Amino acid sequence: MRTFSVNLKNLKGAGFLLSGALLLSACGGSGSEGAAANENLTGSIQIDGSSTVYPITEAVAEEFRREAPDVKVTVGVSGSGGGMKKFSRGEIDIVNASRSINADEAAAAEQNGISYVELPVAYDGLTVVVHPENDWANDITLAELKKIWEPGAQNTITRWNQIRPEWPDQEIHLYGPGVESGTYDYFTEAVVGKSHSSRGDYTASEDDNVLVQGVSSDPYALGFFGYAYYEENKNKLKAVPVDDQNDSNGQGAILPTLETVKDGSYAPLSRPLFIYVSSKAAARPEVVEFVNFYLDNAPELSEEVGYIQLPAERYQEQKDKFQEFANGVNQQAAGANQQ
Amino acid sequence: MTNSEYNRYKDKAFQVFGICCTFFGLVVLAIFLVDILIEGMGRINWEFITSLPSRRALRAGILTAWTGTLWILVLTAVIAIPLGVAAGVYLEEYARKGRLSNILEINISNLAGVPSIIYGLLGLEIFVRQMQLGASLLAGALTLSLLILPIIIVTTREAIKAVPRSIRDASFALGASKWQTIWRQVLPASVGGIMTGIILALSRAVGEAAPLIVIGALAYVPFVATGPMEEFTVLPIQIFNWVSRPQADFLINAAAAIIILLFITFLLNGVAVYLRYRQQRKVKW
Repeated sequence: MRTFSVNLKNLKGAGFLLSGALLLSACGGSGSEGAAANENLTGSIQIDGSSTVYPITEAVAEEFRREAPDVKVTVGVSGSGGGMKKFSRGEIDIVNASRSINADEAAAAEQNGISYVELPVAYDGLTVVVHPENDWANDITLAELKKIWEPGAQNTITRWNQIRPEWPDQEIHLYGPGVESGTYDYFTEAVVGKSHSSRGDYTASEDDNVLVQGVSSDPYALGFFGYAYYEENKNKLKAVPVDDQNDSNGQGAILPTLETVKDGSYAPLSRPLFIYVSSKAAARPEVVEFVNFYLDNAPELSEEVGYIQLPAERYQEQKDKFQEFANGVNQQAAGANQQ
Repeated sequence: MTNSEYNRYKDKAFQVFGICCTFFGLVVLAIFLVDILIEGMGRINWEFITSLPSRRALRAGILTAWTGTLWILVLTAVIAIPLGVAAGVYLEEYARKGRLSNILEINISNLAGVPSIIYGLLGLEIFVRQMQLGASLLAGALTLSLLILPIIIVTTREAIKAVPRSIRDASFALGASKWQTIWRQVLPASVGGIMTGIILALSRAVGEAAPLIVIGALAYVPFVATGPMEEFTVLPIQIFNWVSRPQADFLINAAAAIIILLFITFLLNGVAVYLRYRQQRKVKW
């Protein structure tokens, strides 16, 4: 067992650190070996937010430790909503988000004097899945998905043949993420047309593995979740190609794959994942270094953890956008100093 | 069938029913344990226990998670035990029976049934924001202390109640003050029961994830905490995080982490059983 000792000096020091807006650690180690320029960066970077984006940020933080061993990067999983709340209060430096910031959150941030920059880091393809023995649902249109999931469908659309007459006269069993998840928000926005609005009589779980389990053991199931969960369980599931009936971004029904998500033809169910960096954080060199490192490594690392990279030129765009933002922040700070 | 024969059948039937109930719980637990052990045992090795979290399931470890759990355990014990036992002693020995003590009693029993996430929200507002402790180990331990205080208070009272009246009377007859009686007779006689309550309460605290996620405990922490003001993660959060990953290897990691968490809880319960046993041998009336 650990022995417990309260070191008063530690307590006071740490309390000061946490209460202050600046979280620059005063006790950065200087015993670095090697010659990389970033090894003498110190400080801490606090990240929180979406559990969907978490695996990418975790991977980047893990790699960043080699680049800058004295920068303490921590990542939480309090959800897109929870993370945004902390972000707009200035409690964290970067927020992981599986959706864009909403009006309330933006207003709260402004009130607290926090400006921010939104950086897409990868795509996720929401995948519509059925049981592998389902031999009738070989494609589905966006309108049909809407018919299944809209609030009015509750207790009225309950059989497969109500969606398409040639489909079997069997009960349809629906599976989807819980209403607190960003995945649910995005899907309802894209399919029903209004975020956070759908029928309530479906099997919901915050744990996507439960949804995989459900769909793979129920021949009359239909569900949706992130691409990574389909990719890992391909042998137990069948993905249904989705037709958005808009030929300008690919004709007919399209299956989610690395390519179709990346080139935008798997619209509208491919969704961007974001990080948001606050203006206060962007004034610190370790954060600038981390965000650049993030954008440099996101293509490779996001695919390693099951997501889909943006087209290569998009990352350069994001880097430029962030550079501009950071410069703006620093100029403002310099201006304030001169006054 | 005579009446007494009928009653005997009823008695027999209830016995069988009781045995089935007992075994139902045990069998479910056994299935769970065997399943977890088969899945996770192979993953447990020194490296798993001493590595930091990682995106690669096979390289990921639980160092920061189990050290965080130990920190939380010790801090929560230090905060909750004195408060809980003192409150129990007060309510049982000093408080005058009346309206106020009735209200207190009802409220404490009610608090024991409040969902843990509510304590998380309370902790977030009071400890993390008002007291500016941040998402630190101390804020986490204070939140969990609130969560388990009602359990400690209630078990302390029950244990004190079990001490026979005659012991107190004898102590008073010999001229001991109330405080001397409590400190030298009542508490030593009831320490077995109190310890059991404390340790069961602490085992509950180490298994909590929800309230700690609410106050801002993290999932990826690449350093072991060296003081109570540092950020932290705990085993249940790490398990929760791994269970929801798509890759099957992370599920094996989760199973292995569950074994470690179970080990910590069993160890605690073992200590409780041992303490009670020792105490029972020592106290002879």
